[in-house]
Amino acid sequence: MTAWTRFCRNRLALLGLALVLVLTLSALLAPWLAPLDPARQSLIEKRARPGGKYLLGADEFGRDILSRVIYGSRVALLVGVLSMVIALVGGLLLGTLAGFAGGWLDAVLMRGVEILLAFPYLLLALAIVAVLGPGALNTTIAVGIWGVPAVTRIVRGSVLALRETEYVGAARALGSPAAALLRRHILPNIVPGLIVYATLFMANAILLEAALSFLGLGVQPPTASWGLMVSTGRDVLLVAPHVATVPGLAIMLAVLAFNLVGDGLRDALDPRLRGSA
Amino acid sequence: MLTFIVRRLLFAVPVLLGVVFVVMLTIDLLPGDAVTLMLGEHATKDAVAALREHLGLDKSFAVRYVDYVGRLAHGDLGRSIQQNRPVAAELADAWPATLQLTIAALVIAAAVGVAAGVVSAVWPNSLFDALARLGSLFGLSMPIFWTGLVLIVVFSLWLNWLPVGGAGSLSHLVLPAMTLALPSVAMVSRMTRSAVLDVLGEDYVRTARAKGVGEWWVLGKHALRNAFIPILTLLGLQSGQLMGGAVLTETVFAWPGLGRLMVKAIFARDYILLQGAVLVFALAFVVVNLLVDLSYGLLDPRVSRQG
Repeated sequence: MTAWTRFCRNRLALLGLALVLVLTLSALLAPWLAPLDPARQSLIEKRARPGGKYLLGADEFGRDILSRVIYGSRVALLVGVLSMVIALVGGLLLGTLAGFAGGWLDAVLMRGVEILLAFPYLLLALAIVAVLGPGALNTTIAVGIWGVPAVTRIVRGSVLALRETEYVGAARALGSPAAALLRRHILPNIVPGLIVYATLFMANAILLEAALSFLGLGVQPPTASWGLMVSTGRDVLLVAPHVATVPGLAIMLAVLAFNLVGDGLRDALDPRLRGSA
Repeated sequence: MLTFIVRRLLFAVPVLLGVVFVVMLTIDLLPGDAVTLMLGEHATKDAVAALREHLGLDKSFAVRYVDYVGRLAHGDLGRSIQQNRPVAAELADAWPATLQLTIAALVIAAAVGVAAGVVSAVWPNSLFDALARLGSLFGLSMPIFWTGLVLIVVFSLWLNWLPVGGAGSLSHLVLPAMTLALPSVAMVSRMTRSAVLDVLGEDYVRTARAKGVGEWWVLGKHALRNAFIPILTLLGLQSGQLMGGAVLTETVFAWPGLGRLMVKAIFARDYILLQGAVLVFALAFVVVNLLVDLSYGLLDPRVSRQG
């Protein structure tokens, strides 16, 4: 049974995949899907209840919440994907370096990785943003840096295991450079693990971006970011609860979608881990 | 045992020195200047220079680092830029509230998470198990600040049972503690389920059952005791994540703790206060991990602490 058929038998994973597709389509087709301009203000209709012209209601400035939720998927996915690239590239470089170099460099790098892995991730991201300053780009960098240690550990472990195998030894003896070793022998072996990690990383990246934006340290107004929308809705929570709660629902569904796909992929690619926490 | 504790505490010293170094260095590399920010853009050059000298910013990085660490040894964390109060006093005001919140959340996470996980493992694939697993999926996917707001809408706005925010009484603690605990409840129940399921499949459990040991005794004496090691490890890790989550929870519920102080310090570009807050979090983190390591020995006699 191939990994794909195993994945297709997992109904929850398929549900997650469907949600991810909806999310991607909404991000790609936002200008056509959104019923109204997400920046259009209408102060006489501020905090309009859901229904009628504003399907999901209007916010404090009378902006259409549905349109802003649709545009918000762009921010969430873009920050998620770009930070994933940072995490993968950084982790591949450091992991290969630690694995091939060994010795004290390996020891120092892995000690640092262990400390960073155990450190509360929101505090880490907060510290990075505190230093870089708020904004979408800096949020992406902060989220990406947070992902580097885990990728480093996956890559290093695999390099260490494969370094000792005979075919890698043979390739080295023939004078194959480290970059070629990495591409031909090491990478193919860690791709399944990295795919699973990257999917689950997307879920956490969306959560982290939302949290930073909620605190006012992430994406800045007037960009439609889900976390930012919850934050502005918080001021009118007791008079118009829908302004804060509707965008939060979008965050939850997006995170749930990537978690379901990630869990499904892990079970499909590595049946030995099935059902483990 | 004692030497082990002393060694671990000594190991914390380089970690904390490293934290101070990294925090100070990154702040030093910042493009923004705290002094210009404090005095405004139209301040005279003399005033800026005088304040820089007063804060010690005219000295080199190395001198300031040694200086800070030297004063740290005497418990002096400097004065906050914004409030001009000793940082140590500001932190002392804030940390009990955060400790109260995280301990309450940890207790909820341990109690609810372990209970739900054990029931799930004893009756796998039952209705309860399905609901608990679905619930934990949602628990892990809900942004904590949003959970807090939804709880406020339900319990404060609609039911009018609990206060919206602030601190002072037990009723103020309920919603923030529940909010902060939720993702950890989900993690702990998942982990407990799989750990107990693993142990229930072991030979010694079958032997115990075969010799007629009661099912509750099997569960309590054999299964739970052995499953506790991974659960405890997870709880230690979770208490770290709880500190991070406390930043969001405190912001949502206006809880006067370290997390809110830290966010305020970031907004005010009060780096001296920020440095102190990061240091306290790092220290708490080291202590929690030490406690977890120590408790292994108490729970599992196979783990010995020689030297």
